[in-house]
Amino acid sequence: MSVSEEEIFEKVRAVIVEQLGVTEEEVTREASFTDDLGADSLDTVELVMALEEEFGTEIADNDAEKLTTVGKTVGYILKNTK
Amino acid sequence: MDKKRVVITGLGAITPIGNTVQTYWDALLKGRGGVEKITHFDVSKYTTQIGALVKNFHPEDFFDKKEARRTSRFITFAVGAALEAIQDSGLDVHKEADWVGVEIGSGIGGIECLEETMRVLLEKGPSRVSPFTVPMMICDMASGQVAIRLGAKGPNSCSVTACASAAHSMANAFRTIQCGDAVAMVTGGSEAAISPLGLASFCAARSLSTQNDSPQTASRPFDLDRDGFVMGEGAGILIFEEFEHAVARGATLYAEVLGAGTSGDAYHITAPAPDGEGAARAMAMALKKSHLKPEDVGYINAHGTSTDLNDKHETTAIKTVFGDYAQKIPISSTKSMTGHLLGAAGAIELIACVKVLTTGWIPPTINQFSPDPHCDLNYTPNQAVKAKVDVAISNSFGFGGHNGVLAVGKI
Repeated sequence: MSVSEEEIFEKVRAVIVEQLGVTEEEVTREASFTDDLGADSLDTVELVMALEEEFGTEIADNDAEKLTTVGKTVGYILKNTK
Repeated sequence: MDKKRVVITGLGAITPIGNTVQTYWDALLKGRGGVEKITHFDVSKYTTQIGALVKNFHPEDFFDKKEARRTSRFITFAVGAALEAIQDSGLDVHKEADWVGVEIGSGIGGIECLEETMRVLLEKGPSRVSPFTVPMMICDMASGQVAIRLGAKGPNSCSVTACASAAHSMANAFRTIQCGDAVAMVTGGSEAAISPLGLASFCAARSLSTQNDSPQTASRPFDLDRDGFVMGEGAGILIFEEFEHAVARGATLYAEVLGAGTSGDAYHITAPAPDGEGAARAMAMALKKSHLKPEDVGYINAHGTSTDLNDKHETTAIKTVFGDYAQKIPISSTKSMTGHLLGAAGAIELIACVKVLTTGWIPPTINQFSPDPHCDLNYTPNQAVKAKVDVAISNSFGFGGHNGVLAVGKI
Protein backbone atom coordinates (compact mmCIF):
# COMPACT_ATOMS: atom_id res chain seq x y z
CA MET A 1 0.00 0.00 0.00
CA SER A 2 1.52 3.28 -1.01
CA VAL A 3 1.35 6.35 1.15
CA SER A 4 0.59 9.80 -0.21
CA GLU A 5 2.98 12.73 0.02
CA GLU A 6 0.40 14.56 2.12
CA GLU A 7 0.19 11.74 4.66
CA ILE A 8 3.96 11.65 5.00
CA PHE A 9 4.10 15.41 5.37
CA GLU A 10 1.59 15.28 8.20
CA LYS A 11 3.54 12.60 10.03
CA VAL A 12 6.84 14.44 9.54
CA ARG A 13 5.24 17.65 10.73
CA ALA A 14 4.02 15.94 13.92
CA VAL A 15 7.52 14.63 14.64
CA ILE A 16 9.05 18.05 14.05
CA VAL A 17 6.51 19.78 16.30
CA GLU A 18 7.30 17.32 19.07
CA GLN A 19 11.07 17.34 18.63
CA LEU A 20 11.74 21.01 17.98
CA GLY A 21 8.93 22.51 20.07
CA VAL A 22 7.55 24.58 17.18
CA THR A 23 3.94 25.11 16.07
CA GLU A 24 2.30 23.25 13.19
CA GLU A 25 1.96 26.51 11.26
CA GLU A 26 5.71 27.03 11.29
CA VAL A 27 6.33 23.65 9.67
CA THR A 28 5.90 24.45 5.98
CA ARG A 29 7.47 22.44 3.18
CA GLU A 30 9.85 25.34 2.50
CA ALA A 31 10.95 25.71 6.13
CA SER A 32 14.65 25.17 6.81
CA PHE A 33 15.43 23.22 9.96
CA THR A 34 18.26 25.48 11.02
CA ASP A 35 17.16 28.88 9.66
CA ASP A 36 13.41 28.72 10.26
CA LEU A 37 12.84 26.07 12.94
CA GLY A 38 15.78 26.86 15.22
CA ALA A 39 17.46 23.46 15.10
CA ASP A 40 21.13 23.13 16.02
CA SER A 41 23.38 20.24 15.02
CA LEU A 42 22.29 18.05 17.97
CA ASP A 43 18.61 18.78 17.27
CA THR A 44 19.10 17.62 13.71
CA VAL A 45 20.65 14.33 14.78
CA GLU A 46 17.78 13.70 17.19
CA LEU A 47 15.19 14.65 14.59
CA VAL A 48 16.60 12.24 12.02
CA MET A 49 16.54 9.53 14.66
CA ALA A 50 12.91 10.24 15.47
CA LEU A 51 12.00 10.14 11.76
CA GLU A 52 13.79 6.81 11.37
CA GLU A 53 11.72 5.46 14.25
CA GLU A 54 8.48 6.87 12.88
CA PHE A 55 8.94 5.47 9.38
CA GLY A 56 10.90 2.33 10.25
CA THR A 57 13.67 3.28 7.88
CA GLU A 58 17.36 4.12 8.02
CA ILE A 59 18.60 7.49 6.83
CA ALA A 60 22.31 7.39 6.07
CA ASP A 61 24.41 10.28 7.48
CA ASN A 62 25.36 11.32 3.94
CA ASP A 63 21.72 11.62 2.99
CA ALA A 64 20.70 13.24 6.28
CA GLU A 65 23.11 16.12 5.66
CA LYS A 66 21.22 17.03 2.49
CA LEU A 67 17.80 17.07 4.14
CA THR A 68 17.89 20.74 5.08
CA THR A 69 14.19 21.55 4.61
CA VAL A 70 10.91 19.90 5.54
CA GLY A 71 10.04 19.41 1.85
CA LYS A 72 13.32 17.67 1.02
CA THR A 73 12.81 15.37 4.00
CA VAL A 74 9.26 14.46 2.97
CA GLY A 75 10.49 13.78 -0.57
CA TYR A 76 13.27 11.57 0.68
CA ILE A 77 10.95 9.51 2.87
CA LEU A 78 8.39 9.20 0.06
CA LYS A 79 11.12 7.83 -2.20
CA ASN A 80 12.64 5.48 0.35
CA THR A 81 9.60 3.97 2.06
CA LYS A 82 7.64 2.03 -0.45
CA MET B 1 48.79 42.06 45.71
CA ASP B 2 46.21 42.14 48.47
CA LYS B 3 43.49 39.56 48.34
CA LYS B 4 40.04 40.94 47.57
CA ARG B 5 37.25 40.61 50.12
CA VAL B 6 34.30 38.48 49.06
CA VAL B 7 30.69 39.01 50.12
CA ILE B 8 27.43 37.19 49.49
CA THR B 9 24.78 39.27 47.72
CA GLY B 10 22.24 36.77 46.46
CA LEU B 11 20.67 33.45 47.47
CA GLY B 12 18.59 30.85 45.65
CA ALA B 13 17.35 27.43 46.74
CA ILE B 14 15.26 24.54 45.52
CA THR B 15 15.01 21.96 48.29
CA PRO B 16 12.82 19.11 49.53
CA ILE B 17 11.31 21.49 52.08
CA GLY B 18 10.85 24.61 49.97
CA ASN B 19 11.50 25.85 46.44
CA THR B 20 12.64 29.34 47.43
CA VAL B 21 15.10 30.55 50.06
CA GLN B 22 12.27 31.95 52.17
CA THR B 23 10.15 28.78 52.20
CA TYR B 24 13.27 26.66 52.78
CA TRP B 25 14.34 28.80 55.72
CA ASP B 26 10.84 28.92 57.23
CA ALA B 27 10.66 25.11 57.09
CA LEU B 28 14.10 24.79 58.72
CA LEU B 29 13.10 27.00 61.64
CA LYS B 30 9.82 25.13 62.08
CA GLY B 31 11.69 21.82 62.06
CA ARG B 32 9.68 20.51 59.15
CA GLY B 33 11.16 17.50 57.36
CA GLY B 34 10.85 16.67 53.67
CA VAL B 35 11.38 12.90 53.66
CA GLU B 36 8.67 10.69 52.18
CA LYS B 37 8.02 7.39 50.41
CA ILE B 38 9.50 7.28 46.93
CA THR B 39 6.72 6.80 44.37
CA HIS B 40 8.20 7.96 41.04
CA PHE B 41 9.60 4.47 40.42
CA ASP B 42 8.99 1.03 41.85
CA VAL B 43 10.98 0.69 45.07
CA SER B 44 9.38 -2.54 46.33
CA LYS B 45 12.67 -4.46 46.07
CA TYR B 46 14.82 -1.76 47.62
CA THR B 47 16.06 -1.93 51.19
CA THR B 48 15.53 1.84 51.35
CA GLN B 49 12.24 3.15 49.97
CA ILE B 50 12.32 6.75 51.18
CA GLY B 51 13.91 9.98 50.02
CA ALA B 52 13.70 13.74 50.36
CA LEU B 53 12.26 14.79 47.03
CA VAL B 54 11.71 18.24 45.65
CA LYS B 55 7.95 18.83 45.38
CA ASN B 56 5.86 20.93 43.02
CA PHE B 57 8.79 21.72 40.77
CA HIS B 58 7.99 22.37 37.12
CA PRO B 59 10.92 22.56 34.69
CA GLU B 60 8.59 24.35 32.26
CA ASP B 61 8.72 27.34 34.61
CA PHE B 62 12.33 27.79 33.57
CA PHE B 63 12.60 26.09 30.16
CA ASP B 64 10.52 25.86 27.03
CA LYS B 65 9.14 22.43 26.20
CA LYS B 66 12.00 21.46 23.90
CA GLU B 67 14.71 22.52 26.33
CA ALA B 68 12.96 20.88 29.28
CA ARG B 69 12.95 17.52 27.51
CA ARG B 70 16.70 17.58 26.98
CA THR B 71 17.80 19.05 30.29
CA SER B 72 18.34 16.68 33.16
CA ARG B 73 16.81 17.27 36.54
CA PHE B 74 19.96 18.45 38.37
CA ILE B 75 20.47 21.10 35.70
CA THR B 76 16.90 22.39 35.92
CA PHE B 77 17.32 22.71 39.69
CA ALA B 78 20.54 24.68 39.21
CA VAL B 79 19.00 27.03 36.68
CA GLY B 80 15.91 27.57 38.85
CA ALA B 81 17.96 28.37 41.94
CA ALA B 82 20.41 30.53 39.96
CA LEU B 83 17.58 32.67 38.59
CA GLU B 84 16.32 33.28 42.12
CA ALA B 85 19.83 34.11 43.37
CA ILE B 86 20.69 36.50 40.56
CA GLN B 87 17.38 38.29 40.89
CA ASP B 88 17.91 38.55 44.64
CA SER B 89 21.37 40.06 44.08
CA GLY B 90 20.23 42.60 41.50
CA LEU B 91 23.47 41.98 39.62
CA ASP B 92 23.38 43.03 35.96
CA VAL B 93 25.42 40.21 34.44
CA HIS B 94 25.41 41.60 30.90
CA LYS B 95 27.03 44.83 32.00
CA GLU B 96 30.28 43.02 32.75
CA ALA B 97 29.71 39.54 31.43
CA ASP B 98 33.41 38.62 31.16
CA TRP B 99 33.82 39.19 34.90
CA VAL B 100 30.93 37.10 36.16
CA GLY B 101 31.77 33.41 36.44
CA VAL B 102 29.96 30.24 37.40
CA GLU B 103 31.08 27.32 39.56
CA ILE B 104 28.34 24.87 40.52
CA GLY B 105 29.23 21.43 41.82
CA SER B 106 27.43 18.15 41.40
CA GLY B 107 28.46 14.80 42.77
CA ILE B 108 26.48 12.54 40.46
CA GLY B 109 25.19 14.61 37.52
CA GLY B 110 22.48 13.33 35.20
CA ILE B 111 22.26 9.75 36.36
CA GLU B 112 18.58 9.34 35.37
CA CYS B 113 19.55 10.23 31.82
CA LEU B 114 22.38 7.69 31.88
CA GLU B 115 19.94 4.99 32.98
CA GLU B 116 17.35 5.84 30.36
CA THR B 117 19.97 5.93 27.62
CA MET B 118 21.40 2.60 28.72
CA ARG B 119 17.93 1.10 28.34
CA VAL B 120 17.67 2.50 24.80
CA LEU B 121 21.13 1.21 23.95
CA LEU B 122 20.31 -2.31 25.10
CA GLU B 123 16.85 -2.41 23.53
CA LYS B 124 17.41 -0.56 20.27
CA GLY B 125 21.15 -0.33 19.72
CA PRO B 126 23.71 2.48 19.48
CA SER B 127 22.02 4.27 16.58
CA ARG B 128 19.14 5.24 18.85
CA VAL B 129 21.25 6.83 21.59
CA SER B 130 20.27 10.47 22.01
CA PRO B 131 22.78 13.12 20.92
CA PHE B 132 21.88 14.90 24.15
CA THR B 133 23.14 12.08 26.35
CA VAL B 134 26.51 13.64 27.10
CA PRO B 135 25.28 17.18 27.79
CA MET B 136 22.52 15.79 30.04
CA MET B 137 24.83 13.50 31.96
CA ILE B 138 28.04 15.35 32.72
CA CYS B 139 28.33 17.03 36.10
CA ASP B 140 29.75 20.31 34.81
CA MET B 141 26.68 21.05 32.70
CA ALA B 142 24.87 22.86 35.51
CA SER B 143 27.66 25.46 35.35
CA GLY B 144 27.48 25.46 31.57
CA GLN B 145 23.71 25.88 31.35
CA VAL B 146 23.53 28.51 34.08
CA ALA B 147 26.21 30.53 32.27
CA ILE B 148 24.27 30.28 29.01
CA ARG B 149 21.06 31.33 30.71
CA LEU B 150 22.62 34.31 32.52
CA GLY B 151 25.14 35.30 29.85
CA ALA B 152 27.95 34.94 32.40
CA LYS B 153 31.25 34.66 30.49
CA GLY B 154 33.76 34.69 33.35
CA PRO B 155 35.63 31.66 34.75
CA ASN B 156 33.42 28.58 34.45
CA SER B 157 34.05 25.31 36.21
CA CYS B 158 32.70 22.66 38.56
CA SER B 159 34.10 20.58 41.38
CA VAL B 160 33.09 16.93 41.53
CA THR B 161 33.96 15.78 45.04
CA ALA B 162 30.93 13.71 46.04
CA CYS B 163 29.17 15.22 49.04
CA ALA B 164 31.72 18.04 49.22
CA SER B 165 31.13 19.15 45.60
CA ALA B 166 29.26 22.33 46.54
CA ALA B 167 31.75 23.20 49.28
CA HIS B 168 34.70 22.84 46.94
CA SER B 169 32.95 24.70 44.15
CA MET B 170 32.21 27.57 46.52
CA ALA B 171 35.77 27.51 47.87
CA ASN B 172 37.07 27.80 44.33
CA ALA B 173 34.60 30.56 43.49
CA PHE B 174 35.73 32.43 46.61
CA ARG B 175 39.38 32.12 45.59
CA THR B 176 38.60 33.18 42.02
CA ILE B 177 37.24 36.50 43.28
CA GLN B 178 39.94 36.83 45.96
CA CYS B 179 42.67 36.74 43.35
CA GLY B 180 40.87 39.16 41.03
CA ASP B 181 39.85 36.84 38.20
CA ALA B 182 36.14 37.69 38.54
CA VAL B 183 34.01 40.34 40.26
CA ALA B 184 31.17 37.91 40.91
CA MET B 185 30.62 34.16 40.86
CA VAL B 186 27.36 32.26 40.67
CA THR B 187 28.20 29.28 42.83
CA GLY B 188 26.85 26.36 44.83
CA GLY B 189 25.72 22.85 43.99
CA SER B 190 22.98 20.82 42.42
CA GLU B 191 21.92 17.19 42.67
CA ALA B 192 19.13 14.87 41.52
CA ALA B 193 20.27 11.31 42.11
CA ILE B 194 17.16 9.67 43.54
CA SER B 195 16.86 7.39 40.52
CA PRO B 196 16.59 3.59 40.29
CA LEU B 197 20.35 3.19 39.91
CA GLY B 198 21.29 6.03 42.25
CA LEU B 199 19.16 4.63 45.06
CA ALA B 200 20.24 1.03 44.45
CA SER B 201 23.90 2.03 44.52
CA PHE B 202 23.68 3.85 47.84
CA CYS B 203 21.58 0.97 49.22
CA ALA B 204 24.30 -1.46 48.16
CA ALA B 205 26.94 0.65 49.91
CA ARG B 206 24.81 0.31 53.10
CA SER B 207 24.82 4.09 53.41
CA LEU B 208 21.10 4.71 53.74
CA SER B 209 18.53 4.62 56.51
CA THR B 210 16.08 1.74 56.13
CA GLN B 211 13.39 3.22 58.36
CA ASN B 212 10.88 2.94 55.55
CA ASP B 213 7.85 2.99 57.82
CA SER B 214 8.74 6.28 59.47
CA PRO B 215 10.21 8.54 56.78
CA GLN B 216 9.86 11.73 58.81
CA THR B 217 12.12 10.44 61.59
CA ALA B 218 14.55 8.47 59.43
CA SER B 219 17.18 11.21 59.17
CA ARG B 220 18.33 11.60 62.75
CA PRO B 221 21.90 12.87 62.81
CA PHE B 222 23.80 12.32 66.08
CA ASP B 223 20.89 10.35 67.59
CA LEU B 224 21.72 6.96 69.08
CA ASP B 225 19.33 5.13 66.75
CA ARG B 226 20.51 6.68 63.50
CA ASP B 227 20.99 4.10 60.77
CA GLY B 228 22.19 5.93 57.70
CA PHE B 229 21.44 8.98 55.60
CA VAL B 230 18.38 9.79 53.55
CA MET B 231 18.98 10.83 49.95
CA GLY B 232 17.82 14.33 49.12
CA GLU B 233 17.80 16.40 45.96
CA GLY B 234 17.79 20.05 44.95
CA ALA B 235 20.11 22.97 44.44
CA GLY B 236 21.55 25.88 46.36
CA ILE B 237 23.05 28.87 44.57
CA LEU B 238 24.83 31.86 46.09
CA ILE B 239 26.13 35.01 44.45
CA PHE B 240 29.65 35.67 45.69
CA GLU B 241 30.84 39.17 44.87
CA GLU B 242 33.92 41.28 45.35
CA PHE B 243 33.25 43.58 48.32
CA GLU B 244 33.94 46.97 46.73
CA HIS B 245 32.05 46.01 43.60
CA ALA B 246 29.01 45.08 45.67
CA VAL B 247 29.20 48.27 47.75
CA ALA B 248 29.61 50.46 44.66
CA ARG B 249 26.39 49.19 43.11
CA GLY B 250 24.47 49.42 46.38
CA ALA B 251 23.88 45.70 46.75
CA THR B 252 22.53 44.13 49.92
CA LEU B 253 25.48 42.46 51.66
CA TYR B 254 24.19 39.39 53.46
CA ALA B 255 27.51 38.14 54.78
CA GLU B 256 31.21 37.98 54.09
CA VAL B 257 32.97 34.80 53.03
CA LEU B 258 35.86 34.77 55.47
CA GLY B 259 37.77 31.72 54.36
CA ALA B 260 37.77 28.13 53.20
CA GLY B 261 39.61 25.05 54.37
CA THR B 262 40.09 21.92 52.32
CA SER B 263 41.85 18.65 53.02
CA GLY B 264 42.00 15.01 52.03
CA ASP B 265 41.71 11.93 54.25
CA ALA B 266 43.95 9.60 52.20
CA TYR B 267 42.35 6.82 54.18
CA HIS B 268 39.38 4.96 52.67
CA ILE B 269 37.11 5.27 49.64
CA THR B 270 33.93 5.78 51.67
CA ALA B 271 34.70 5.71 55.41
CA PRO B 272 35.91 8.86 57.14
CA ALA B 273 39.36 8.79 58.73
CA PRO B 274 39.39 7.76 62.42
CA ASP B 275 38.46 10.61 64.76
CA GLY B 276 37.65 12.79 61.75
CA GLU B 277 41.31 13.60 61.39
CA GLY B 278 40.90 15.00 57.85
CA ALA B 279 37.73 16.87 58.74
CA ALA B 280 39.49 18.47 61.69
CA ARG B 281 42.32 19.69 59.47
CA ALA B 282 39.83 21.26 57.04
CA MET B 283 38.06 23.06 59.89
CA ALA B 284 41.37 24.23 61.35
CA MET B 285 42.47 25.51 57.95
CA ALA B 286 39.19 27.39 57.45
CA LEU B 287 39.69 29.12 60.82
CA LYS B 288 43.32 29.94 60.09
CA LYS B 289 42.57 31.29 56.61
CA SER B 290 39.77 33.38 58.10
CA HIS B 291 41.98 34.72 60.93
CA LEU B 292 39.53 33.34 63.47
CA LYS B 293 39.99 31.88 66.92
CA PRO B 294 37.76 28.92 67.78
CA GLU B 295 35.81 31.13 70.22
CA ASP B 296 34.82 33.47 67.37
CA VAL B 297 32.63 30.80 65.81
CA GLY B 298 29.00 31.04 66.95
CA TYR B 299 27.40 28.29 64.86
CA ILE B 300 28.42 25.13 63.03
CA ASN B 301 26.25 23.67 60.32
CA ALA B 302 27.52 20.11 60.61
CA HIS B 303 27.91 17.65 57.78
CA GLY B 304 25.83 15.46 60.14
CA THR B 305 24.66 12.82 57.69
CA SER B 306 22.95 10.45 60.17
CA THR B 307 25.44 7.69 59.49
CA ASP B 308 27.10 6.00 62.44
CA LEU B 309 30.64 6.88 61.40
CA ASN B 310 30.25 10.42 60.12
CA ASP B 311 28.42 11.76 63.13
CA LYS B 312 30.76 10.13 65.63
CA HIS B 313 33.92 11.23 63.84
CA GLU B 314 32.66 14.71 63.04
CA THR B 315 31.89 15.18 66.73
CA THR B 316 35.45 14.16 67.62
CA ALA B 317 36.83 16.44 64.90
CA ILE B 318 34.91 19.42 66.30
CA LYS B 319 36.34 18.67 69.76
CA THR B 320 39.85 18.45 68.30
CA VAL B 321 39.57 21.86 66.71
CA PHE B 322 37.49 23.72 69.29
CA GLY B 323 38.71 22.12 72.54
CA ASP B 324 36.59 22.89 75.61
CA TYR B 325 34.68 25.52 73.65
CA ALA B 326 33.19 22.70 71.50
CA GLN B 327 30.60 22.06 74.22
CA LYS B 328 29.33 25.63 73.96
CA ILE B 329 28.90 26.08 70.20
CA PRO B 330 25.39 25.61 68.83
CA ILE B 331 25.62 22.99 66.09
CA SER B 332 22.91 21.65 63.86
CA SER B 333 22.50 19.19 61.06
CA THR B 334 19.81 20.53 58.79
CA LYS B 335 20.04 17.21 56.92
CA SER B 336 17.64 15.98 59.60
CA MET B 337 15.02 17.93 57.61
CA THR B 338 16.33 18.17 54.04
CA GLY B 339 17.91 14.75 53.77
CA HIS B 340 21.37 14.62 52.25
CA LEU B 341 21.59 16.62 49.03
CA LEU B 342 25.02 15.09 48.28
CA GLY B 343 26.78 17.49 45.89
CA ALA B 344 24.31 20.28 46.66
CA ALA B 345 24.37 19.86 50.46
CA GLY B 346 27.14 22.35 51.18
CA ALA B 347 25.34 25.05 49.21
CA ILE B 348 21.94 24.90 50.90
CA GLU B 349 23.76 24.58 54.21
CA LEU B 350 25.90 27.67 53.59
CA ILE B 351 22.64 29.47 52.79
CA ALA B 352 21.38 28.31 56.20
CA CYS B 353 24.55 29.73 57.79
CA VAL B 354 23.97 33.08 56.06
CA LYS B 355 20.38 33.14 57.34
CA VAL B 356 21.62 32.37 60.86
CA LEU B 357 23.83 35.45 60.67
CA THR B 358 21.13 37.70 59.25
CA THR B 359 18.17 36.53 61.37
CA GLY B 360 19.74 35.47 64.68
CA TRP B 361 17.92 32.14 64.59
CA ILE B 362 19.59 28.75 64.62
CA PRO B 363 17.69 25.91 62.95
CA PRO B 364 17.39 22.69 64.96
CA THR B 365 18.56 19.15 64.40
CA ILE B 366 15.22 17.38 64.46
CA ASN B 367 14.57 13.75 65.42
CA GLN B 368 16.65 13.86 68.57
CA PHE B 369 15.19 11.11 70.76
CA SER B 370 18.02 9.16 72.37
CA PRO B 371 21.40 10.78 73.01
CA ASP B 372 24.45 8.91 71.74
CA PRO B 373 27.29 8.97 74.31
CA HIS B 374 29.72 9.40 71.41
CA CYS B 375 27.85 12.46 70.19
CA ASP B 376 27.67 14.75 73.19
CA LEU B 377 27.76 18.28 71.82
CA ASN B 378 24.98 20.87 71.54
CA TYR B 379 23.19 19.88 68.35
CA THR B 380 20.28 22.30 68.91
CA PRO B 381 17.82 19.44 69.45
CA ASN B 382 14.34 19.63 67.97
CA GLN B 383 13.71 23.36 68.44
CA ALA B 384 15.17 26.42 66.73
CA VAL B 385 16.92 28.77 69.13
CA LYS B 386 17.61 32.49 69.09
CA ALA B 387 21.28 33.42 69.24
CA LYS B 388 23.49 36.28 68.17
CA VAL B 389 25.98 34.74 65.80
CA ASP B 390 28.79 36.70 64.14
CA VAL B 391 30.60 33.81 62.45
CA ALA B 392 29.30 30.47 61.18
CA ILE B 393 31.02 27.56 59.49
CA SER B 394 29.63 24.89 57.20
CA ASN B 395 31.15 21.42 57.06
CA SER B 396 31.06 19.10 54.04
CA PHE B 397 32.84 15.77 53.71
CA GLY B 398 32.66 13.50 50.69
CA PHE B 399 33.31 9.90 49.67
CA GLY B 400 36.89 9.82 48.48
CA GLY B 401 38.04 11.64 51.61
CA HIS B 402 37.29 15.15 50.31
CA ASN B 403 36.76 17.69 53.07
CA GLY B 404 35.59 21.26 52.58
CA VAL B 405 34.71 23.90 55.17
CA LEU B 406 33.59 27.47 54.57
CA ALA B 407 33.45 30.26 57.13
CA VAL B 408 31.06 33.19 56.76
CA GLY B 409 30.71 36.26 58.98
CA LYS B 410 28.55 39.27 59.55
CA ILE B 411 29.59 42.31 57.54
